[in-house]
Amino acid sequence: MFRKKECVAMLLAGGQGSRLYTLTKDLAKPAVPFGGKYRIIDFPLSNCINSGINTVGVLTQYQPLVLNDYIGNGEPWDLDVSSGGVHILPPYQKSKGADWYKGTANAIYQNINFIDRYDPDYVLVLSGDHIYKMDYSKMLDFHKKNGADCTIAVLEVSKEEASRFGIMNADENGQIFEFEEKPKVPKSNLASMGIYIFSWDKLRRYLIEDEEDPKSSKDFGKNIIPNMLDAGEKMMAYPFDGYWKDVGTIDSLWEANMDLLNPNVPLNLYDSEWKIYARNPGLPPHFVAKGADVQNSMITEGCEIWGTVDFSVLFSGVTVEKGAVVKDSIVMPGCVIKAGARVEYSIVAENCVIGEDCVIGRRPEDMENLDEWGVAVVGSDSVLDPGSVVKPKQLLDSKTTGKVG
Amino acid sequence: MANGKMMGIIFSSSHDEVLRELTEKRAMASVPFAGRYRLIDFTLSGMVQAGISEVGVITKEKYHSLMDHLGAGRPWDLDRKRDGLFILPPLGYRASGEGVYQTNLEALYAIEGSLLHSKADYVVLADANLVYNMDYTELLEYHESKNADITLLSCKYNFVKEKYPDNENIMLFNQRAGRVSDIMFSPSDNPPSNLYLGVLIISRKLLINIVDRAKSANLTSFKRDILQRNPFDLNIITYNYKGLVRPIYSLKDYFDANMEMLNPKIKNELFQKDRQILTKVRDEAPAKYGLEAKVINSLIADGAVIEGEVEDSIIFRGVKIGKGAKVKNSIIMQGTVIGKEAELGYVITDKDVEISDGRLMVGYESFPVYISKGSKV
Repeated sequence: MFRKKECVAMLLAGGQGSRLYTLTKDLAKPAVPFGGKYRIIDFPLSNCINSGINTVGVLTQYQPLVLNDYIGNGEPWDLDVSSGGVHILPPYQKSKGADWYKGTANAIYQNINFIDRYDPDYVLVLSGDHIYKMDYSKMLDFHKKNGADCTIAVLEVSKEEASRFGIMNADENGQIFEFEEKPKVPKSNLASMGIYIFSWDKLRRYLIEDEEDPKSSKDFGKNIIPNMLDAGEKMMAYPFDGYWKDVGTIDSLWEANMDLLNPNVPLNLYDSEWKIYARNPGLPPHFVAKGADVQNSMITEGCEIWGTVDFSVLFSGVTVEKGAVVKDSIVMPGCVIKAGARVEYSIVAENCVIGEDCVIGRRPEDMENLDEWGVAVVGSDSVLDPGSVVKPKQLLDSKTTGKVG
Repeated sequence: MANGKMMGIIFSSSHDEVLRELTEKRAMASVPFAGRYRLIDFTLSGMVQAGISEVGVITKEKYHSLMDHLGAGRPWDLDRKRDGLFILPPLGYRASGEGVYQTNLEALYAIEGSLLHSKADYVVLADANLVYNMDYTELLEYHESKNADITLLSCKYNFVKEKYPDNENIMLFNQRAGRVSDIMFSPSDNPPSNLYLGVLIISRKLLINIVDRAKSANLTSFKRDILQRNPFDLNIITYNYKGLVRPIYSLKDYFDANMEMLNPKIKNELFQKDRQILTKVRDEAPAKYGLEAKVINSLIADGAVIEGEVEDSIIFRGVKIGKGAKVKNSIIMQGTVIGKEAELGYVITDKDVEISDGRLMVGYESFPVYISKGSKV
């Protein structure tokens, strides 16, 4: 027997995240490491449990191995409960054919049975590529109070940015009358955060209808939302004013990590009332040696620092040897930065060895031509020979070995 | 290869009296160590690594903090349907009447039911005042190969009475013809060169037998009445442990063992990647360093926010060190907040201490200042 749930969350975690290039070659985007000891998916999962939602379906498709392992039984997020909990939902074979998830809406459609088991009044649809802290229970209250059929969380963005987002045009009460996907000339600055609450009976109907439409791309933004609007359903914009960042690109991933070091950015990871949970690697506290210099940085368990670390985020078990310099960079779990190496404005993915005197990335101030500047990326499990050079903007494939540059 | 199946019994309050300050509100087993651990983590993790899946923790008093730490045993994969972790509360059985048990042997009378119920071949009995990362299968293999009744875990040790003026329970012995002999407790001169580490292995059946006989004979102390006097003429041998081990017999021992973790070689011998020391997870964010942070030769746990200077110190989870503060040669436990411009040297602050801005507190290397849990200074 399944106990009735007021609200079930469905987390879309199947996307490839192709704009993260080598970082998502062997890894689904929600499993990309973030912020020293997290993976991106820790944020929506922790938000769920902190908001009182303990039934979460995670829709996986692309490279799910790491993600599946990581979520496991959901214990780190207190989602190992018998009445609900976290469920990994991959595409599956049916008596009549088998389909991959063809779009965000189709992914939910294929799991209608999963949702129906809990007989929920509402379904919360989330994506696994955003960094933010949000109390979904307040959004649900808003949805109920307004008697809405669909509530979409929105964030005020600048006019310049607005054309990169799905923009909601709403009246003074917050009721949405128009939705434009990435408009060239935006009429408002309310950007969709990709967080939806639907009344389940309504969504269920629209999913089934949309599935029957051969021309549909089976996507929430492109099909379900416009269809509901056209049919005159009550669609509300729920204003959110906290920190929210889409980390779908190398630059935004780098920036979002750097935001953690900025005291003016309103994303507090040290709030004991709203912890972000993660699976713990079980390493001892980090060690800072005599002669090391660490400032403006986040460093986590298992690291050993002998060199200089400034404005950087170091994940678990990273070693920075004597004379090595790590500045304005993100170094993911298990990396070794050998003596004399210089890592600046870079993302070094998991388990890399950066050889002696390597130069990875460069400061924009040191560039002659700024157009050639960008964050350098070293793919996971790379072992670079001493003296290798990775240029700014360069994306080194995972498992690169030998001398580079 | 060892054949037998082991179970573990940990005496959580062994040697409580030697860390009077730190054990005022907790058992020895839950004394914090090295930034994020409790002493019991070392014994418990070692047992689990050795394939022991049945561990009893004998409690005596002040065990609230220990229970909180252990929970159902999940961090050590001991939350199991078969076997798993079981906490044995002090049942109050005493050979000499009512009340909480006073000695290990009395505690064993009280848990005889658990010993009878187990299906293990051997029992590892362990005190909780040790810092080490041991594979107990070594002990089992040695014990089986020598056909002994009891094998004591020991190490070479240079005992100096002056260092432990108040401790009468440090057990030392010599070895003669492969057997343990000349057992002495904290002797004033000519100390034997082997230290009993408070860990032994014995067959479960023999242990039950000894417990029964000891009860009839009104014996109370395992170390003195069974091991030292050896009334049952047991074949007691010793396994000399050569790995890193730090027994804690005084506040100074505790301080020094923590500070040794600042030597990466020692730290990495204790915390091995393929033999992890497991502990309760607190879900702290990574440690954060401010603009004027300066850290030299220190261990910093997650959740710490460092804005001042830290040198030769151990900083636990969630500690805040204010701007301009200077912390040297100190152990700062979980949740402590050190105000701006405060200066600390040779200080141990227990959990959740608040040090006001500008305070100056200095102890000595031989006598660190201790500040009790939750104090405001």
